[in-house]
Amino acid sequence: MKLRDFLVKNLVSAETDAIVSKIPKPVGSFGYDPWGYHSEAFKLAISAFKPIYENYFRVEAKGLENIPQTGRALIIANHSGQLPIDGALVGYALATNPNAPRAVRAMIERFFPLTPFVGNVLNEFGAVLGDPVNCEKMLQREEAIIVFPEGVRGSGKVWSKRYKLQRFGLGFMHLAIQTNTPIIPVGIVGCEETMPTPFHLNGLAKLLNIPYVPVTTPFPLPAKVHLNFGEPMYFDGPVTDEDKVAIKVEKVKDEINKLIQEGLTERQGWFK
Amino acid sequence: MTDSKKPEILITGAGGALAQEVIDRVRDQYHVVLVDFRRRVQFDEDMSSYRVEYNKRGFEDIFRKHNIEAVIHLGRMGLYESTHRNRYNHNVLGTQRLLDLCHKYDVQQVIVLSTYFVYGASPYNPALLTEEYPLKASELTMDLVDSVELENLANIYLWKYPELNISILRPCNIAGPGVLNSMSLLLSSNYAPVLVGFSPMMQFIHVEDMAQAIVLAFEKNQPGVYNVANDDWVSYQDAVIQCGCNRVFIPSVPEGLPRRISKTVGWKGWPEYLINYYKYPVIIDGSLFKNTFGFKPKRSLADIFAHYKEKKEMGIL
Repeated sequence: MKLRDFLVKNLVSAETDAIVSKIPKPVGSFGYDPWGYHSEAFKLAISAFKPIYENYFRVEAKGLENIPQTGRALIIANHSGQLPIDGALVGYALATNPNAPRAVRAMIERFFPLTPFVGNVLNEFGAVLGDPVNCEKMLQREEAIIVFPEGVRGSGKVWSKRYKLQRFGLGFMHLAIQTNTPIIPVGIVGCEETMPTPFHLNGLAKLLNIPYVPVTTPFPLPAKVHLNFGEPMYFDGPVTDEDKVAIKVEKVKDEINKLIQEGLTERQGWFK
Repeated sequence: MTDSKKPEILITGAGGALAQEVIDRVRDQYHVVLVDFRRRVQFDEDMSSYRVEYNKRGFEDIFRKHNIEAVIHLGRMGLYESTHRNRYNHNVLGTQRLLDLCHKYDVQQVIVLSTYFVYGASPYNPALLTEEYPLKASELTMDLVDSVELENLANIYLWKYPELNISILRPCNIAGPGVLNSMSLLLSSNYAPVLVGFSPMMQFIHVEDMAQAIVLAFEKNQPGVYNVANDDWVSYQDAVIQCGCNRVFIPSVPEGLPRRISKTVGWKGWPEYLINYYKYPVIIDGSLFKNTFGFKPKRSLADIFAHYKEKKEMGIL
């Protein structure tokens, strides 16, 4: 028996099994999709993440009814917290959404496929190499994809820049227009406080050839996280001018900013 | 003896399992001329059979003697056979000679069997590669240059001589009874090397389905380049387990170590120049072929793996 089968048998509860089984995700005869997602491994990921989502970060998700039950969708969110915890939290929220559970796909950095175990495990959990071809193909196959258009500019923000949205890449808007995909904006509040970072060790990051080395807490702090999902936004093409694309991206950015501000107003404190 | 009423088609690599399946499907409608560079293939009395190398002068005699209307070019010196120089001479220069003869003798259709290896196994490959994706295999190793060059050559002839009606088929891993490619040798063995921490997604097509795909491409004659694959995927380690192989874990770091181990052990099914294919995925999109030719594979992954497992249990492999 493979390790995965053993873990699934012993760690996945009947409740999680029932929730994930409801997800309308087409897979092949051995439970895989072309990107390496595996339905049993996904159940394992959800089971392992449940206490982190419910007890550690005590996540409150609002607006989940805005996620379409089926069909392609681009979930666009602000990025923060040094580690990609925000992506995992959004993924868990969508997988356990009582209205319409979805196996959302997250894009991962290019060094993961080179890393033994990590690349394969992330693929089995639904993460995919960040590549426009992958995104387009997945949207054509009616997948939901989470994109952080700030990239490492957002995740690696220092404390003084918290909740200040960084420059958004335009790629997601091109994809949305090309594939006629609705955009669901998400404002994430709380992840900024999980790993407060006064500064980075830029020299060391350059030496290690990684995006940043934060000077921060040794582990993520249990800040309370709020996920605010906005209403779907639709954008028409064709693209005739990059400046017009940038204006459309600004509309999404404004919406995310609004959802962040709502979250900041509603929360009682970092840990409450 | 030639049945003059039937149109004549030439099939290269006639001794291989895939060719035998193709021959079975076309023998009623066509007079089949069999060619193999390894041996004279004995198939049926009413078929003409030759043992000849494509880049030797005697090869042209076949075109002089028969009125060849179409060529199904399956003959290839395998990746584990001979040196890469010999493979280049046979596969690339031999194919060039074949295509020149096809042009000279007014052959109306040519099917060329290629391989998904031409895309190259890279950690940055997106999934579901379409036919337009760059062919990066020769970046990896000199040993795959002949596969890419053969494709480029066939592509040049496809555009230069449209009257040849060339279709290039790039299948995923062909497996099943009688198949002797690297992957099939590996799945047949009791011990299959796997890299620690890596288990790329793979695609397999049953040899009977692949034969059917070739016959469809031949009968419907829509020149172009096509990936051929099932709409089903499995990780490499799951595949070897399903085939009843015991996994032999090979350290994946440092990067050169697996290559050195492969070279030292001399595994035919796990040659050093294919190691990246057991590390990173090369998943192709077969939808163009499926939609153009109405291709529906009949054999599942489970059927393919069951063949290897059952043969092992019976002690045949």
